[in-house]
Amino acid sequence: MCLGIPGRIESISDASAKLAVVDVLGVRREVNIACVAPDGGPLEDCVGSWVLVHVGFAMSRIDEEEARLTLELLHALGEAQAEAAALREGARA
Amino acid sequence: MKFIDEFRDPGHARALVRDIGATLERLGATAERPVQIMEVCGGHTHAIFRYALKDLLPASLEFVHGPGCPVCVLPMGRVDDCIAIARQPGVIFTTFGDAMRVPGSAMSLLQARAEGADVRMVYSPLDALAIARANPGREVVFFGLGFETTMPSTALTVLEAERQGVANFSLFCNHITITPTLRALLDTPDLNIDGFIGPGHVAMVIGSEPFDFIARDYGRPVVVSGFEPNDILQSLWMILRQLERGEAAVESQYARLVRPGGNPAALEAIARVFEAREFFEWRGLGSIDASGVRMREAYARFDAERRFAMPNLAVTDPAECQCGEVLKGLIKPSQCRVFGGRCRPETPLGALMVSSEGACAAYYQYARPDAEAAA
Repeated sequence: MCLGIPGRIESISDASAKLAVVDVLGVRREVNIACVAPDGGPLEDCVGSWVLVHVGFAMSRIDEEEARLTLELLHALGEAQAEAAALREGARA
Repeated sequence: MKFIDEFRDPGHARALVRDIGATLERLGATAERPVQIMEVCGGHTHAIFRYALKDLLPASLEFVHGPGCPVCVLPMGRVDDCIAIARQPGVIFTTFGDAMRVPGSAMSLLQARAEGADVRMVYSPLDALAIARANPGREVVFFGLGFETTMPSTALTVLEAERQGVANFSLFCNHITITPTLRALLDTPDLNIDGFIGPGHVAMVIGSEPFDFIARDYGRPVVVSGFEPNDILQSLWMILRQLERGEAAVESQYARLVRPGGNPAALEAIARVFEAREFFEWRGLGSIDASGVRMREAYARFDAERRFAMPNLAVTDPAECQCGEVLKGLIKPSQCRVFGGRCRPETPLGALMVSSEGACAAYYQYARPDAEAAA
């Protein structure tokens, strides 16, 4: 019920109804973008943004920088573990 | 698939699982005295089973499946009201697919459709509005249910109906709010939960701040989480680190979507259309103060509750159902007396067996009840 799918806003299809065409996993669908529309600015500014689509509405923009930071942290955790393992290995040798 | 595959990386998962195991050991957790973490949201319950996360993790960590499945906590009386509306002449009753099989006291919406009621499944409330525009001679009702994640979509659909002047559209509002229910749960005397995986998409709408009371007043860590397997593992890892340091704070693992204050445009739409109800009845949990919303007077003409006659009766659950105990984490689904016997996904007796996000349906589909019962 609460799930959503990432999609990318491709074009504005009906500005008065705040509808945009969003590419969701390769499928184009009309989606309401009222919740991610820029405050007062033109809707076109949304084009190209990644959003989370839930029941036909773009509910939030996906912050690509935050996504990258999360992945970086997970990568660093793996690296740190590998390093610790190598240290243990070295101590035994 | 961008923003999906990256969060399913097996290498990252292995690193997290190793660190989670080491932290559990340092905490002195054992299979007999496990650390118990509640995932509040049904979407997380489903993901935990779908990716078999339990099998990756040591037995010294146990998931307790929370009340965050809106279909599961919908009382039978509300389903009866839906059917009463759907059967009125000229009505087209529209709903998300999840709600079709929820049993009412006599039948489900699916059965009502088989008996001639015009019940239609839609993907979005906007599809229901389109049906109303295409059928001006009919009354189109949308069954609005779900937590704060779904509220903005129905609120914005009502505002769109107003803007477009669609007079034959109305909303049967059964939206519920999660925080009063978590508070009620935390006040349960025999509750044994060490930390919470917070609902990421509810927090995307309302922010992570509304969960502060869990850390502040009840001393439990909360980590708001995404829905991919590594999101959930990372959230567990963050909760355990808090437990190890003896801290209780609200953190977000899902910063790519959740802002501390939520989504202002979504919150504004909710506040314009809805107001708190004094109380709302939850299946299995009983009545909880201020845990539901209704439509404001200003939108009365779009309110199905005001426009249609309905029985509005409280119907008690079948006596043999133990949904309430499962929802509070007091028993596992497989320990319920009717699980897998008279209560199965094809013929659900209790609500937790209905939706794929329900703990019982997830257990039935993915877990091995025999192994579980022996454990």
